[in-house]
Amino acid sequence: MEALALKLMSAVPALAGVPLWAMTLLVMVVVAVILLVFALTFGGLGSYVLRKVAGDIQVRIGPNRVGPYGLLQFLADGVKLIMKEDIIPAKADRFLFALAPYLVFVGSFAAFVVVPFGVGLIASDLNIGVYYVMAVTSLVVIGVLMAGWASNNKWALLGGMRAVAQIVSYEIPVGMALLPAVLIAGSLSLQDIVRSQGGLLGIFGWNLFHNPFTFFSFFLYFTAAQAETNQTPFDLPEAESELVSGYNVEYSGIRYAFFFLAEFGDMFVVAALASACFLGGWHVPFFRAETLPGAWGNLLSLGAFLVKAFGIVLVMMWVRWTLPRLRVDQLMRMSWKYLVPLTFVNLLGVSLWLLVFRGKGIPQLIASIF
Amino acid sequence: MTGPANLIFYALAALTVGSAVLVAVLPNIVYAAVALLFSFAGVAGLYVFLSADFLAATQVLVYVGGILILILFAVFLSNRISDVKISNPARFQWQAALLCLALFGVLSTTAVRTVFPLKHGLTYQPTTAEIGELLMTRYLLPFEAASVLLLAALIGAALLSRPDGKGKGSADMEEPK
Repeated sequence: MEALALKLMSAVPALAGVPLWAMTLLVMVVVAVILLVFALTFGGLGSYVLRKVAGDIQVRIGPNRVGPYGLLQFLADGVKLIMKEDIIPAKADRFLFALAPYLVFVGSFAAFVVVPFGVGLIASDLNIGVYYVMAVTSLVVIGVLMAGWASNNKWALLGGMRAVAQIVSYEIPVGMALLPAVLIAGSLSLQDIVRSQGGLLGIFGWNLFHNPFTFFSFFLYFTAAQAETNQTPFDLPEAESELVSGYNVEYSGIRYAFFFLAEFGDMFVVAALASACFLGGWHVPFFRAETLPGAWGNLLSLGAFLVKAFGIVLVMMWVRWTLPRLRVDQLMRMSWKYLVPLTFVNLLGVSLWLLVFRGKGIPQLIASIF
Repeated sequence: MTGPANLIFYALAALTVGSAVLVAVLPNIVYAAVALLFSFAGVAGLYVFLSADFLAATQVLVYVGGILILILFAVFLSNRISDVKISNPARFQWQAALLCLALFGVLSTTAVRTVFPLKHGLTYQPTTAEIGELLMTRYLLPFEAASVLLLAALIGAALLSRPDGKGKGSADMEEPK
């Protein structure tokens, strides 16, 4: 951030008189606003795509009235949510009820800071990237639990409890499934992890094809992450048919919109982590985007990253409308009896592989023969 | 420290200490638990301010993501928890005051007497690799001892939560026939 501010100040003479910290602050605010706009737009368009995908899978048409192909439906929904009456139940705990949506949204949005959008396109390349994402997610848990309790509604409380039990349980396989990528890159920074998958091997440089364990690890991560973001078949916290809508049942208007946007934010972060850790992130196959002159490299890598991330989001939606919901005990068993041991075995396998083959994956080994 | 940096430090310190005071004095235990969240966040902010990034993330992960959630679970699941007379009865006031004074004496003496190895003019440096290496070499024994302790606690919890304590799974975990 400071480097960017310095560059800006030397490039534009009119800015030379501004103190450095003020300029840095300004750059930070601008970057945050860009990310926020991205998150909100993703939430809006994501909801449209989600409903269209649902329509296709259920042989319906989906939204088709507002704008061409119903594309502007999300704007209409946004206006509706803002204009709706903000209802706080009489017996609710007013302070916690009001605080909860912000905590959930902050926890979800804070993860965008370390998403590696492209060459040099990252709000802050923290050297603890992956670990940071795991940490800020815990704010979401607190917010959800708070929302469930403060609503003073039994469905909301049950939904909140289920959500917390689920997120806390699935955090472990999610973290363990991401560790192979960290081991291969030797760094927790997401940019370093992406960089470690480059090279001229193309898609075979990706961690997905590094060795059999990482290949398996990707699917373990995808399953566990699907559960951590409360997507069907693991959407027990919201379970419309049993809990009405779960922890957010008492929320209306803009407060509900915060939960809604946080959910889509989580979805994008999960997809972004999956593509950064296993699908080569912003690398364009068989091509070095970072060698392009000027901003073209940045733009091309941004495009590649978004294509991969959105592809994963689409698959998540597809799974969401295909599989039926699990039961609570099946859900817990799935995490503790299957996913956790499998991720541990996987981690051990990757470590042994790296030890035996000195950090080289199958594609590199094959390439080294010729 | 320059002007804005000083300001940030005092803001974080005020957040930490202010919420900690709220935890102690708020009559409603639910709000006390929530105030604890802000106190933890303030401490994490102070770690970031000291450029101890790994420690800050660990603080959030362990305290907010683990301990605070457990506290909230216990608080939220208790019946009539907002009733001050039930959740916060005042008993053993003299003993508690004595204990607090003794603890304050120990902590303040430690804080004042300890010579902290200060390093001036250091720029931000990643700490993760160094922490990992030290944990696997110099501090391996305490690290392993802590994991054995946690494992014992985990097994104990699993054993306690079994309904008959005889190694059969609970009835609701069985597949429906």
